[in-house]
Amino acid sequence: MKRTIPMIITFIVGMLVIISEFVPHKPFGPIAGTLENWFLIIAGFTIILGVLSLIRMNSIKIKSRAENWQYFLAGLISFGVMVLVGVFWGMQESSGILGHGEKISAWLGTPPTKPFDYLFNNLFIHLSATMFSLLAFYIASAAYRAFIIRSFESNLLMITAVIIMLGRTSLGTIMTGWLPPSLQFLHLPRIADYIMMYPNSAAQRAIMISAALGVIGSSLRIILGIERSYLGGGK
Amino acid sequence: MRHILLIASLMCLLTDVIHAQTTSFEVKDYPWDDGKKLILEWKIGAGLDSLRIQKADPEGNFITIYDTTESFGSIVDDDVQPEQEAEYLMIAYNQSTSDSVVVSRGMTPLVQWYNLQKTPLLITMLLLSGMILYYIFASKRGKEFFIRRINALDSMEEAIGRATEKGKPILFVPGIGDLDEIQTIASLTILSHLAYRAAQYDADIIVPVRFSMVLTAAREVVKEAYIRAGRADAYRSDRVFYLTDDQFGYVAGIDGIMVREQPAANFFLGSFYAESLILAETGFSTGAIQTSGTANAHQLPFFIVACDWTLIGEELFAASAYLSRDAQQLGSLKGHDFGKILCIALILVGAVLEYSGIHWLSNMFNLG
Repeated sequence: MKRTIPMIITFIVGMLVIISEFVPHKPFGPIAGTLENWFLIIAGFTIILGVLSLIRMNSIKIKSRAENWQYFLAGLISFGVMVLVGVFWGMQESSGILGHGEKISAWLGTPPTKPFDYLFNNLFIHLSATMFSLLAFYIASAAYRAFIIRSFESNLLMITAVIIMLGRTSLGTIMTGWLPPSLQFLHLPRIADYIMMYPNSAAQRAIMISAALGVIGSSLRIILGIERSYLGGGK
Repeated sequence: MRHILLIASLMCLLTDVIHAQTTSFEVKDYPWDDGKKLILEWKIGAGLDSLRIQKADPEGNFITIYDTTESFGSIVDDDVQPEQEAEYLMIAYNQSTSDSVVVSRGMTPLVQWYNLQKTPLLITMLLLSGMILYYIFASKRGKEFFIRRINALDSMEEAIGRATEKGKPILFVPGIGDLDEIQTIASLTILSHLAYRAAQYDADIIVPVRFSMVLTAAREVVKEAYIRAGRADAYRSDRVFYLTDDQFGYVAGIDGIMVREQPAANFFLGSFYAESLILAETGFSTGAIQTSGTANAHQLPFFIVACDWTLIGEELFAASAYLSRDAQQLGSLKGHDFGKILCIALILVGAVLEYSGIHWLSNMFNLG
């Protein structure tokens, strides 16, 4: 019963969504949108589970004095501070239980910034940007490994990458700009454009088409109850 | 003088009548659609050389949506709301004499019971689904099909074994998509198999998730896998936990886990975006065996260079069927192959027809 009911619900909902794609009339047409709204409502409630999991996980680490427990304490304090300032003084135009906190907002800067927005803009955004900027360094190290010539394929990859990189910068234009019009097809920016437009697009589309086929097969298996692993597996 | 004025007035009136009689503007409902399109047809009379079509915005102000000098034609307005009346003004005028005719029309777009434009999509879907079902039932009847080896999935066993030998945990990241993302569902189906094996080998598995919905599902999946393996006592709910909804906060959290706990095997399976390389490179630096998989084509190069094994696109969705070794599920994979053959045939025929100047096939699949 624990599996049968979810499987019946999955089948009915799956069929309704498929029908709604081809039957725009009520009641079928708006079903997909309604289900999306239901999902958002359920997701809103489950956030409590997430928060409880976060507090529990960090508390266990702090209580057991696990290695680097200070980080978990810092995480928990940061979480608590953000929640409290949001609840007390609100964020942006919305007010908190203590109002808009005009005094503290004025004290935090000009123009007045609410404590939540202040922490968000001056801490959170910068921390996120720091993580994102790590990509620049990781791309360099990953590219180095990828371009080491070990096989025919990696050789091909390196040559293509060099053409693309040169073609996408002014260096490529300078290097091949002097070529006569009859040899314009050898201009690096042109070759780079050609590679991006044809071989690259073709490969990407092939992956996308095969992924779409995978989605159809996977969805059918789930709707028909052949695939049950997402319910915890077993037959 | 009075006569001249009278004749001039009559001539003006006659001109207006002629213009009005030969000028037409019709608004029609787009047939067999979802009520989001209207067809605007016009014909302007002799003496007029330009046309402007205006549409009323929600406040009732008329805004120009089309300008032309064509004397007749039609356009499709696809910016209308189903079952809500749209009002239009057609202003046909002469640029040099300033003569003009204004026609007002309104129409409520109707929602039909069947969207005719999607017929090719329906036929393709039925054909593909039919073939997948055929192969599933053929497998059920005992027919055996050849399924090519997927090395990334075969290596899972090895990765779990290595983690067990080293006494280090396995890290499983189900992507950054929520539960409404099919890649996340595919990822959870793989997690089920992986957790089952981990339970059998008594290996520790860590599953940090980004969304609470995924947390609930992942916990259920891991718990059931441990019960199936007869190791319910070994299941630890605190090893499947929520980190944060924020994309880079989530990445920072996982990076921290990789550096602190030094997992022997990392699995990045699901929907990934800009964080893919940050995760994979950090994992690479810790020396873990890494298996990744996503259907987001633009992230695949990052995974391929930084991971030992990568499931490309379709392989992510085929993984659960492949790992289960269940005949019915394996049969469905054969249906995917039929889909590929169909796509290749359509692409080849389409390319030949396009080069020959025949466009009906591409038009048929143009759902815009």
